[in-house]
Formats: sequence, C-alpha cells, structure tokens
Amino acid sequence: MNSYLIRNVSVLGAAPTDLLLRDGVVAEAGPGLSAPGATVVDADGLVALPGLVDLHTHLREPGREDAETVETGSRAAALGGYTAVCAMANTSPVADTAGVVEQVWRLGREAGLVDVQPIGAVTVGLAGERLAELGAMADSAARVRIFSDDGHCVADPRLMRRALEYVKAFDGIIAQHAEEPRLTEGAQMHEGEVSTRLGLTGWPAVAEEAIIARDVLLAEHVGSRLHVCHVSCAGSVEVLRQAKARGVRVTAEVTPHHLLLTDARAETYDPVYKVNPPLRTATDIAALRAALVDGVIDIIATDHAPHAVEDKECEWAYARPGMLGLETALSIALDVLGPEWDLIAERMSRTPARIAGLTEHGHDPAPGAPANLTLVDPAARRVIDPAESASRSRNTPYARMALPGRIVATFLRGEATVLDGKAVK
Amino acid sequence: MIRHLLSGADLDADTATQILDTAAEMAAVAGREVKKLPALRGRTVVNLFYEDSTRTRISFEAAAKRLSADVINFSAKGSSVAKGESLKDTALTLQAMGADAVVVRHSASGAPHRLAGWVDGSVINAGDGTHEHPTQALLDAYTMRSRLGRLAGLSVVVVGDVLHSRVARSNVLLLSTLGAKVTLVGPPTLIPVDIAAALAPGTDVCYDLDAVLPSADVVMMLRVQRERMNDSYFPSAREYARRYGLDGARMRRMPGHAIVMHPGPMNRGMEITPEVADSPRSTIVEQVANGVSVRMAVLYLLLGGNNR
Amino acid sequence: MAQPSAARSSPPRQPSVKVILTSADVQRVVDRIAHQILEKTQGAADTVLLGIPTRGAPLARRLAARISAFEGVAVPVGVLDITLYRDDLRRHATRAVGPTQLPPGGIDGRRVILVDDVLFSGRTVRAALDALGDLGRPASVQLAVLVDRGHRQLPIRADYVGKNIPTALAENVKVTLGETDGADEVRLYAGVASS
Repeated sequence: MNSYLIRNVSVLGAAPTDLLLRDGVVAEAGPGLSAPGATVVDADGLVALPGLVDLHTHLREPGREDAETVETGSRAAALGGYTAVCAMANTSPVADTAGVVEQVWRLGREAGLVDVQPIGAVTVGLAGERLAELGAMADSAARVRIFSDDGHCVADPRLMRRALEYVKAFDGIIAQHAEEPRLTEGAQMHEGEVSTRLGLTGWPAVAEEAIIARDVLLAEHVGSRLHVCHVSCAGSVEVLRQAKARGVRVTAEVTPHHLLLTDARAETYDPVYKVNPPLRTATDIAALRAALVDGVIDIIATDHAPHAVEDKECEWAYARPGMLGLETALSIALDVLGPEWDLIAERMSRTPARIAGLTEHGHDPAPGAPANLTLVDPAARRVIDPAESASRSRNTPYARMALPGRIVATFLRGEATVLDGKAVK
Repeated sequence: MIRHLLSGADLDADTATQILDTAAEMAAVAGREVKKLPALRGRTVVNLFYEDSTRTRISFEAAAKRLSADVINFSAKGSSVAKGESLKDTALTLQAMGADAVVVRHSASGAPHRLAGWVDGSVINAGDGTHEHPTQALLDAYTMRSRLGRLAGLSVVVVGDVLHSRVARSNVLLLSTLGAKVTLVGPPTLIPVDIAAALAPGTDVCYDLDAVLPSADVVMMLRVQRERMNDSYFPSAREYARRYGLDGARMRRMPGHAIVMHPGPMNRGMEITPEVADSPRSTIVEQVANGVSVRMAVLYLLLGGNNR
Repeated sequence: MAQPSAARSSPPRQPSVKVILTSADVQRVVDRIAHQILEKTQGAADTVLLGIPTRGAPLARRLAARISAFEGVAVPVGVLDITLYRDDLRRHATRAVGPTQLPPGGIDGRRVILVDDVLFSGRTVRAALDALGDLGRPASVQLAVLVDRGHRQLPIRADYVGKNIPTALAENVKVTLGETDGADEVRLYAGVASS
C-alpha cells in the first residue's frame, strides 16, 4: 500500500498544511510533516475537500455499455473529485433484484476508482405496478438503502405509500423522480414561452410540484424518509420549505445543470440540452440557488446520464434525455457558489454520504478519517472539450464553456485514483 | 440573402416583402405560353417528406420545376428512412448527391434546424411538427395582400387549434413583422402559454369568436382534429363547432370586405361550414395557386445567386 | 465579368472621367434612333418597344414618345426584365427580380424592338432573346441601343445605335437618365471597369 504526503494543501480553505495518507486513513495532519518512502504531492495552491459523493449517477451497465460502463463512469467520477457514486437502477436488466445490484456493486469494486453504491428499483422493471424485492436488495452484498425508479415517477399514490412504509424496516429511503406522468405525456421541454415558440410539448412545473407535495404528505403520514431527485423549479422549493418546516423527513437534490442552464438552450434544437426534468427559467435557477445555500435543497447530485452519439444526434423529440455531469459538477458548484468550501463539502460530500448511509465517506480530511478526499485547483479555468471526457459518451452541455476549478488529485481509501489531473488507471 | 428558411422569424420586413414582390412576378409565369424560367437550371432541389403531404410536396415540386431545377422526391415511405436510417445519415446522403436545397417536412419540431447543421445546401422548412410552416405564412400573406391591397394595419383573426398549429406560429411571426395585428381565438386549452411573449408582443388572445368578427379584415380558420376531444381539449365536435366554427351567420357579421382563409385540408362542418368555404369571401383555392408562386420566389431567392 | 490579363497589366493611372454625350446630345441621339426606326420599319407598324431594365425602360418610353411626335403613331411599349435569364446569376448574390410588362396585344406576330442603354458583351441581349422566346413568338426582333461600346462576346449586333464609342476593355461607360438618375449624360470612366 502506498502512502502519500500532500504538502501545503489548504483543507477547506484553511491555512496550508501537510496531510499524510497511510493505511487508508489520514494518518497525520500539520505543517512540515516528513514521511520517508511516501510519495510527495505538491499541493501548493490546492484545496482539499472530502471526496465528493454523488447520489444520482447513471452508469448504464448492464445493458448500454456503448454509452457508459461502471469502469468508465467510475473514472469520470474520480476525475470529477468523487470517491463514491450511487448507481441508478434503470439499467437493462433493471436493478430490481439482488443479483443485478450485486453485479453492479462487484463491477464497481473491480474498477476500484470510486465506491459504487447501487440504488435498487422501487418497482419491478420500473413499471410502477408492484414492489421489487427491496428487502433482498437491502440484504445483498450491495447493502442497498436507496430505492428509486428514476427515469419514471412512482406515480401510483398507494404504491408510493407502501414503498415508503416498507423500507422503514431497513432504514431505507425512496428517491422519487417527481413527474406526474399524465401532465407530461409527450413532454419535450419546460412549458413556457420557449416551448410555445419552438412548438415542443411542454413539461409544466406543476407536474413536479404536485408529486412532491403529495409525497411529502405521504412521507409525513407514514413517518418515513423521502428523497426528491433533481428538483428543478421554484414551486418545488416552496413545497419543500414548508415540509421541512413541519419536520417532514425529506431531503432534496439539485443538479448542476439546473443551477446554470435555462430553457433558452433549446432554441438550437440540439438535444444535448434535452434532459428530464427539463432546463427551466432564470427565475427557477435563482430559487434553486437560494435553496441550495439556505439548505432547503440538501445536496448537489449530478444525474450524470451518458448517451450514445446516435441517441443525441437526431431530432429533439427522438433524443434521449440526459447530460453528463460527473467531470464538471464541482466546476459548476464553484461557479454558482463561489469558493465557499465548507458549503461545497456539505452539499457535495457530507450530506449525500449521510443520506446514502455511506459511513466511509463525507469526512473532512483530518487525522483518523478515511482517506477519501480530492484536491482542487481553484485558480484554474478550463474550456470544456467533450472529446476529453473520460466518460464513454460525449453529451456534455458545457462544451466550449470556460469553467472554474480543476481536480488535480483524488484519493480513495488512501490510494490515488487521480494524480496530476489524470486518472491513475 | 438568408441561407435557410426555417422560421417566419428568419424574415425581416424587407426580405419578406421582397419575397412577396418576387412571387407576384412569378405568378405571371403561370399565365404564359412557356411556364418555365431558366433561373435554377442545374440546381438540385430535394423534397424530403417524412410526413405525407401531397399538396405541399406538389406545390414545391411545381415551383422548383418552373424554375428549371432538378427535383428529387425522397419520401420516407419505402425508402431507407423507413428502414430506420437516421436524419443525419439521410442528410449526409443528400449532401453527397449535391442537393442545393432540401425542402423538408417532418413530424418532429426542429428537424429542419437539425438538418441545416448537417448539409451545405439551403434548407426550407415545409412544416415541422407543431412548430412552423413559413412558406404557408408567406402564401397567406401574399393572398391577403392580393385581396386587400396591403398588410400593414390589417386585423387578422386566427381561429382554432393554435397549440398544435405550425401555420399559426409562422403566421403570427410573419404578419407581425409586416405590420398586421393578429388576434388568436380558440378554447383556452388550445392556446399555448405565453404566446405573445413567445412570438410577437402585439399578439392578442380572445376566447370569444363573435366578439372579434365585426372588426376583422381576415379570418383564418385552422384545421381542428376531431381526436383532440379525446385528450379533453374540448368536450365534443358539436360544442367546438358551435363556439368556434365559422358558419354563414357568423360570416355575415364580418365587414363586407373581409376574407376567409383556411390552410387546408378543411374539416367541413367542424371549423368551417360549406356555405363559408365555398363563398366568394373564401380564398381557399387562391391560396393553393399562390403557394406555387411564393415557393418559386423562395427557391429563387435562396438558390438564384451565390449566397454562400 | 472576367477581364483579360492585358487589361490588368496596363500601368496604373489616375482615374479620369470624360463626358461622351451631354444632355442635349442624348436627346438628339434618341431623336435619331426614332427616325431610323420609322424609316426602317415603314412607319413603325406592328411594332412593339420592349425596354430592358433599368435604363432601357425609360429609353423605350422616350422612343415611343418621339415616334408619336414625329409621325403620330402610337407604338406599344413594354418592359422585359431579364434577371431570371442571366447567365451570371451564380456569380453574384441573388438579384432582385423586376417586373415584366408586355403591352396589351402581346408580342406574337409583331416586330419587337429591344431597347437598352449600352451594348457591351451582348449577354444581356442573349438573355432578352431567351426571355422573349418564353413569352411568345414575335415576327422579328431588333435591337436599339443608346451606346455601343464594342467588345462583343456573342454574335450579336444592334439594328439602331445612338453612338458608337470605341473603348478599352478596362474602361467603363455609364449612362444616366433623368427618369432614373436625375439627369441625362453618358460618361466614360478610365481604369478598371466595375461592370
């Protein structure tokens, strides 16, 4: 096992110090450390953050290995500063059995670049009709705690109530893709001025708000934990704010793209901007940013959704929704929040680790903590080139944009997964 | 000169007027002994139709042929498209064939925009999904100008399923550019959100057809599909016709000079009664004839010079 | 239009302008052409004047007016826009199409006299002949021009010439008329022709 001596690093923006990583933990911290035999990492000007944790990643394996694999997605995650990702269940076959979640978990271990924590489907085949074997997935080697039909809403209120109740037995949590399906039939983009101009069927904000409103009431009623995926509109923020004020056990995530991009991007009809829920308005962005700061929205999650070229180089209506996110999320957070390192650590590492029950993750680099951390160069600016992505797909919406910050190194249990801005393996 | 015609918004007032003026000259060709002009000799125009629309395809075909262009009809049925070829691969094929212009009709909004990014030639939107149909708006404007002598200051009432209508969107954009005042009328379920902000700030919306008829110069009826009632846009065809259909009694409440338009094909008895459709105020047949002239003008202005 | 390299290789010099025809000269020349037409067509019977825009159109109207003044004959006048028949459409941005107006009675079986301001390469006249063929079948076609400056590129000659002006290829002849430009004048510009 290697050991690393990280010199002159600013932990969460504090005065520069040294960190010694040994035996999977932060062994020592303080200025002027010496460690014979350790690999020295010059971290002058870099900021150390707890390794980022993504609660919402699509790794596409099994089924769409042409778009992403557990290994390529893990590499993209490590390059984005992540040490753990939660893999969504909408694979083919769907991760609705212990067998599939264990397969994904094992592939993650073999890749060894981040901890891959599978998410289990709520319903069999994501069909929204009957519960998948949630307990079997919870008891499997993958120890699934988050369940989600993401990509589909658990629309049936009785089924949603049962799911919320059932997972209490193993401290599970239902992560809801909040989209009332009858209100979004054929929907292509945010319903508003732009959709009217472009003649694309609208996805009204109320379709999200209505489901969140219903679900917080259900969660309150049964006393269970609810997590709301990719909150995209101002109205949802208000529903969540009220629910949290009442003490409902609800957490919520926002994606980087919903914090930055508006529905005006659709004017090009380039489906690289097609995503579900859709990009919304500047008003929504302002509300989401404010909620992220004040804590009504708990975390940033990427909804990293790789798609093969042919699924994006086509007519808007025929394109699959989704965008890459793992390699750019921290840059967007920096752009949106500024160098608020503690807030970034809270929203991108500590809280998502706590929601997911990933006890090894989300700890600030300090003696005794697991050595899961990442080093950021906050002064760097990079122009996003889709061809440079470690993902197998190229559908980043940030192509040609100049974004702040660059991940220089990432460590998973004391081993480097990224050094000098490059993946180690 | 613009390179593509994808939207009514591509046309400023000068360009739109130039197209209408050119169309007037092209119209004269229809009355000549030789109904052909050599202007596009050696140019290739591809009609790429992913939706059946015989009338629009024939109109473009006649326009291109009268300008001596070579016309290739590429319909989705029975072609590689039916076998699942992507729009991009089709575009590359057309590119290799040396298409100078691609006239595209597609059920997906924005497909012509995508195509324009993949071919060197000009792309003309012949109707895309529920988005736009700019040459229809041009021929409508041409028809209004011929009948009423002007466009500026006209009060144009567009009635019906605006939500799903590409004709309505293109007409709102073009007519506003040319100084006409557009009022959209229909059940609120069929009027898209924020339409004035989306298209043209001066656009009015009214849910009461009878209120706007007495001041209308033009009443344009849109086709309404009966199936819409299955999606609860309105309760029944009968109720729709009663509230938003144009019958003889309503027509007589229009000013004496006002005209009735319809882009076709009509649902007689639904949005328009036979009495109205066949009345002297109706321009429906003229619209078809004017379509060829306007499309000739568009093809000439896009392809007639070196506009690269 | 492509210029032979000889024109380009001539030494650069100060651009100079020379007035070839004054306003009074233009009027005299138009009168002369009107007389010649009357003479050559036995009183302009069954004759139609078609002006080629831009300046051929007012010239045709002037000729008709002079013919009427001299002999009391009303010669029908029309306009023939040749834009869509040009052989150089693709060398320029799209040219605006002008109106074509045939006089009542048309051109079939009649003597058509095309009227233009300057005869140069002959390509405009070639286009006009093609356009005429699509409009009908005249008994005969003649050509009247205010100025013939030579350098024909096609086997075309004028039946009525107001003035022959020997020019170098690089020179440029510019006709202005009261109707289109505010004043009558014909000028010869030295230097590279702007065509």
